[in-house]
Amino acid sequence: MARTTGTGSARRPRAARSARAPKQEAAGLAATELGPAQQLELYRFMKLNRMVEERLGNLYRQGKVVGGLYSSRGQEATSVGSAYALAPQDFMGPLIRNLGSMLVRGVKPREVMMQYMAKGGSPTGGKDGNTHFGDVGRGLVAPISMLGALIPVMAGVALAGKMQGRDLVALTYIGDGGTSTGDFHEGLNLAAVLNVPLVVIAEHNGYAYSTPTSRQMRIKDIAVRAAAYGIPGEVVDGNDVLAVHAVTSQAVERARAGLGPTLIEAKTFRMKGHAEHDDAGYVPPELFEQWRRRDPIERFERHLLEGGVATADELAQVAAAIDAELVAEMDFALASPMPPPERAFEGVYAT
Amino acid sequence: MTAVTYLEAIRQAMWEEMENDPRVFLLGQDVGTYGGPFRVTAGMLDRFGPERVIDTPISESAMVGAAIGAAILGMRPVVEMQFIDFISCAFNQIANFAGPNHYRWGQPVPLVIRGPAGGNVHGSAFHSQNPESYFQHTPGLKIVTPGTVADAYGLLKAAIRDPNPVLYFEHKYLYRRLKDELPVAPNLEPGREAPPADAGGLVPIGRARLARPGRDLSVVTYGAMLHVALEAAERLAAEGIDLEVLDLRTVKPIDEEAVLATVRKTNKVLVLTEEQLSGSVAGEVAARIAERGFAWLDGPVHRLCCPDTPVPYSPTLEEAYLPNVDKLAARVRELASY
Repeated sequence: MARTTGTGSARRPRAARSARAPKQEAAGLAATELGPAQQLELYRFMKLNRMVEERLGNLYRQGKVVGGLYSSRGQEATSVGSAYALAPQDFMGPLIRNLGSMLVRGVKPREVMMQYMAKGGSPTGGKDGNTHFGDVGRGLVAPISMLGALIPVMAGVALAGKMQGRDLVALTYIGDGGTSTGDFHEGLNLAAVLNVPLVVIAEHNGYAYSTPTSRQMRIKDIAVRAAAYGIPGEVVDGNDVLAVHAVTSQAVERARAGLGPTLIEAKTFRMKGHAEHDDAGYVPPELFEQWRRRDPIERFERHLLEGGVATADELAQVAAAIDAELVAEMDFALASPMPPPERAFEGVYAT
Repeated sequence: MTAVTYLEAIRQAMWEEMENDPRVFLLGQDVGTYGGPFRVTAGMLDRFGPERVIDTPISESAMVGAAIGAAILGMRPVVEMQFIDFISCAFNQIANFAGPNHYRWGQPVPLVIRGPAGGNVHGSAFHSQNPESYFQHTPGLKIVTPGTVADAYGLLKAAIRDPNPVLYFEHKYLYRRLKDELPVAPNLEPGREAPPADAGGLVPIGRARLARPGRDLSVVTYGAMLHVALEAAERLAAEGIDLEVLDLRTVKPIDEEAVLATVRKTNKVLVLTEEQLSGSVAGEVAARIAERGFAWLDGPVHRLCCPDTPVPYSPTLEEAYLPNVDKLAARVRELASY
């Protein structure tokens, strides 16, 4: 059954928890089974996600990013919270706004920086850019720009994992705009019919480039579409990293137990334009203002502070450590040479 | 040795590869219980089970997408398009995901997409196509188009073992019209052992075959048109024209050296294919001859293809549409007298 209200399973335990930890209510985050160390790790990944993108923004303005730059500002909790629910043997197919998910899977900031700057030392050797790279060793499948295409591909990963007895769950993402594609339907339907361990996170972030969700669909909640495939659909507050983690963990457990795919809709907002060149002038300013108050990182900071999970000093240290790390990562990425021209002709075929 | 049909050779190749390699599995519409509308996969569900012979919804894009995902995990999926015309429904997954994947991030995508292609069976616009030129343009793909029983067998085995995405276009007109002996004993009866994986009979992808040596003029062709060329060669021999027939077998990558070798030998070339003329594989072959074989040519490179129309239904219309022995012989006479 699709849960189509904003009170999905991830938020249900709140009432029970509030009695013993009333302070955490102020940030409005969901209950979690994660301990303080894990919560701090989540915080570090979200902060890393945002700070890498801020560095990339600087590189873009300096003309060092040779193509477009895509930001996930405002959506960090969805990426990080969902990816954190995976086990090492699981696979993930991230999209362009899932840098945070990739960082959780072990991607180094320098790899993404070199990708954006088209360096020879980038994971694709300069052949592709941005977050478009994969690594089977880390359970990462590279996306293509055509939205929806990853859903059948990740269904195939899940199918193969099942055939190989690997206890593997596949996780992938789609935006509200991407749910309008044929592959969204074909992929989810195939995954459901074959009952493969697939979790799809639909990031409902308000806009597909300049097109608001109202021009993509006449439904309010993407999760209701799950009913069409006979699979569970969950709605979660995408700016609550603990809620995203909890609901994804449940879906991953279901998948691992052989109960098939789940569609999770994360309600969030894209706080920048489609890409760095786009000033998002088509988004009403009050919408940005409304979602700025729900900033996922600030909310999580309030939760950590008010719940006594961390002190302000500790959080500042996390940021300072990331900052120092990113200076070194950026120096490394900047020092990487551009690829040799002859590489353009290599590697079309596997041998 | 027992003679088998072109269709049985396809089944035999898949069967053996599945016996010898647990990574190989089938995905397609009606491939399991029904055995496919042409019976290409008949008996395979019983032998290999529903885990490896998977009936799918009518979702060509998802079939190919799932095959890509499975291939990334090290499987060797074989996707059947019920008719190859439907491959266009999976165009994005093939042209944007599978083809460029190894170049983009170094990850091989070993998969095969196969299905019945070609006309002359009154299948009309959507059950008669030869879509190779759509994919000829896509980097990273290989395309094979067998025209004999031995090649149907050997190219499919090679395709399944290839680390790249291979499109295998089998010509449905040849399914039961061709019968020949395979290099290894067929194994279609239940309970028989598959020949070992190294039993032979593999046909290397990317290598043309000289189907008929001749002195006067070369026909470069593949698929069902191979047999049109061979029949025309017999007729023209009686008129004193000695045709050489080169069977490309693989149309991507094209065996350019074999093409240039026949140009150097006969100095006149006609490219014969069952595709619409514009943007065809025939055009690509002709261009390469013009570029690299010009000095050996004693006449213009001719192309005999289908007109730039959809495939028509009525037998009189389809006959007008398709190349045949009469049309080829006439074009050869014209070129021979140049």
